[in-house]
Amino acid sequence: MKEHRQFYLDELTDRFKDTINITKSFLENEIYISTKKENLLDVCVYLRETFHAGLSAMIGNDERSLNGNFRIYYVFSVPHADIFLIVHIPVSEDHPEFPSVTTKIPAAHWYEREIKDMFGLEPIGHPDPGTLVLHGNMPENTYPLRKDFDVNTRVPLQESRLPFFKVEGEGVFEIPVGPIHAGIIEPGHFRFSAVGDSIYYLDAKLFYTHKGTEKLFETMPYTKALFLAERICGVCAASHATGYCQAIEKVAGVEIPPRAKFIRTIVLELERLYNHIGDVGNICAGAAFLLGNAHGFRIRERMQQLNETICGNRYLRGMLTIGGVRFDINNDLKQHILATLSEVKKDFKELTKIIFASSSLLDRFETTGRLSTEIAKELGVVGVAARASGIATDTRLIHPYAAYDKVDFDIPIFHYEGDVLARIRVRVDEVYQSIYIIEQCFDKMAPGPLKIPLEKEIPPYRHALSYVESPRGENIYWIATAPDNRLFRYKVRSPSFCNWPAIPFAIPDNIVPDFPLINKSFELCYSCTDL
Amino acid sequence: MFTKFQKSFQTGVVTSRYPKEKEPAPLRFRGRIEIDHEKCRHCNACVEVCPTNAYTWVEEKGKRYLQMSHAKCIFCGMCEEACPFKAVTITNDFELTTKNKDNLLVKAGLDETASVEDLGTKLKEEIFSVFRRSLHVREVDAGSCNGCEWEVAALYNSPVHDLQRFGIDIVASPRHADCLLVTGPPTRNLEAALIKTYHSTPDPKMVIALGACACSGGIFSNCYATKNGIDNVVPVDVYIPGCPPRPQAIIYGFLLALKRIKK
Repeated sequence: MKEHRQFYLDELTDRFKDTINITKSFLENEIYISTKKENLLDVCVYLRETFHAGLSAMIGNDERSLNGNFRIYYVFSVPHADIFLIVHIPVSEDHPEFPSVTTKIPAAHWYEREIKDMFGLEPIGHPDPGTLVLHGNMPENTYPLRKDFDVNTRVPLQESRLPFFKVEGEGVFEIPVGPIHAGIIEPGHFRFSAVGDSIYYLDAKLFYTHKGTEKLFETMPYTKALFLAERICGVCAASHATGYCQAIEKVAGVEIPPRAKFIRTIVLELERLYNHIGDVGNICAGAAFLLGNAHGFRIRERMQQLNETICGNRYLRGMLTIGGVRFDINNDLKQHILATLSEVKKDFKELTKIIFASSSLLDRFETTGRLSTEIAKELGVVGVAARASGIATDTRLIHPYAAYDKVDFDIPIFHYEGDVLARIRVRVDEVYQSIYIIEQCFDKMAPGPLKIPLEKEIPPYRHALSYVESPRGENIYWIATAPDNRLFRYKVRSPSFCNWPAIPFAIPDNIVPDFPLINKSFELCYSCTDL
Repeated sequence: MFTKFQKSFQTGVVTSRYPKEKEPAPLRFRGRIEIDHEKCRHCNACVEVCPTNAYTWVEEKGKRYLQMSHAKCIFCGMCEEACPFKAVTITNDFELTTKNKDNLLVKAGLDETASVEDLGTKLKEEIFSVFRRSLHVREVDAGSCNGCEWEVAALYNSPVHDLQRFGIDIVASPRHADCLLVTGPPTRNLEAALIKTYHSTPDPKMVIALGACACSGGIFSNCYATKNGIDNVVPVDVYIPGCPPRPQAIIYGFLLALKRIKK
């Protein structure tokens, strides 16, 4: 890794000389590149063209109390190397604007709108700079993530009507759906412009479940904020908890015991298992194949009952703690887990056999909701959707954490497909890989302590990145600490945030009844996205 | 075709027998919290460690006592770990539903007085008795984390819990519903939608708050983007605490609301 890091350092200094200022982080795989607004686009485009680096996250931060400026961090990750290049620019309060990079790097478009809503910084040159998170119902000059905004401010609801993209022409009609849906799902508003049965254009309005989570993180002591991290999303609870614990451990410079690493890996894979199995069943419901749905939910239920035996919570909440894990997996529990997994494996194999043998079902899956590799790459799509569209990305391999460097596994990739079927196949293959990982963990796990106590105080004014591959894709977290065991900023970038903008590209030319199917095949969280 | 039948026959009946037969939760499950006031030394450890401020000190009848609210609790179990005198015990009892929010309070050291049921509640219960055998429910997500949604989906879609065996059905529109099952703190972006949904539901209607967020705002309370519990937006008849409540706890909640279970 050291050579890697030196290579990037040399290349960057060669090319930009005085216009950038490189600071090494105390962490091996993070390089911070400070630059000015006017050089931003050059640096970003250079990273993208020369290193093929993709934009992983954009983080706004109100550092006025520290150095008088706002600051925006652009996190680039280099494919196939465990290196993050983090470009950052200061934005002064007097000129609250920054150059938009969306036209060159399309993955930035939601981040820039988010920063505009939460910090009141204007992205200059953004092609579609409308409100994203706050729905325009906040009074003017109210920006929740600024430090001078108190978390418990009761802001009156402002009347607002968001414009939707309108398609006009003969035979075009609009179908509005949501935010209260017919199914038992999270809230979002979709507006289809359809010609006959086929969808011409989809406009989505999300962020209904915005709960001010990032602001709440800044108000809590770090020990309590773990429980908030677990509740960012219901079904990625273990991933978010791992991401949070890793962030704190990195800042505090703590290495957790090996047994805790293995147990974390087991818990993360159990989360992937119950999600993927449930999703395969749920996708069947999207195509009205209720037999597959019932079996999928039955097996998922079995996994969740197993979760409850292990952690006391069906969503694996309460298992992780900062510095390790809270509960041990003793021999009896281990035998119970392995026995359940081997039965689940057989059960699931029979279910997938039925699914893949049903020609009417495959007819619905094949070529439906295609997402091309190019668009997926441009928008920075991650996780299952990326692998189904032929992008070889998996945080567990590229940036190993927990015990993933000690186990052996494959990631399924489907080139040139990107349809609903490919996304199901990725999940099916990953189910077997997850079971294999859990078996390896039990083999390699040695007795030992479960957690390492942290020192009383975490060091203030340090920042670090943390990353986890959740069932939906790569989660990125950026932590900045403040004195008194508080967090200055905790940014959560969930995989759903990257993947939502890709859905409108997978929808056109499909028929309206296929939308739930395509949506279920992506299986994105709203709560993770809206925060 | 044959394989499909074979799979179904092999699987057999998987539906749980709850509540006819008791199905205790696993030992590690964190449910009802009990406080032994004789062991409590007023050390404040539980109050300090609780992430949702569910523990408070209250003065009543000249006595200072510890009060815990199951409506605010997210069942993280930190209070039990923190208590140096082992005064706090977390049991695996999940049947916590109540029609009166005061019943969710645990008052350590104070003689529990039966809550007074007012005339209004009684009248409402009479009205709700028409739903006893058949209840149509619309689930409304008012900003939850998706955990409660998946538990309702597990109730409705999974053959293991099979909500319809009780005559309870989830319907597609509030206009077809007798009951709203609301989750979430709720968020300010969904407040208007929740109010509209409430008014679209024909009278008489029952509103159930599902999960810690809906009961009190949970961990998302006291924030610019949320209201502390859905009872600040619409009137609530039944509270089902839990984070998220397990499917059996929701079944218990429904049956209690319909007076099909005696408490």
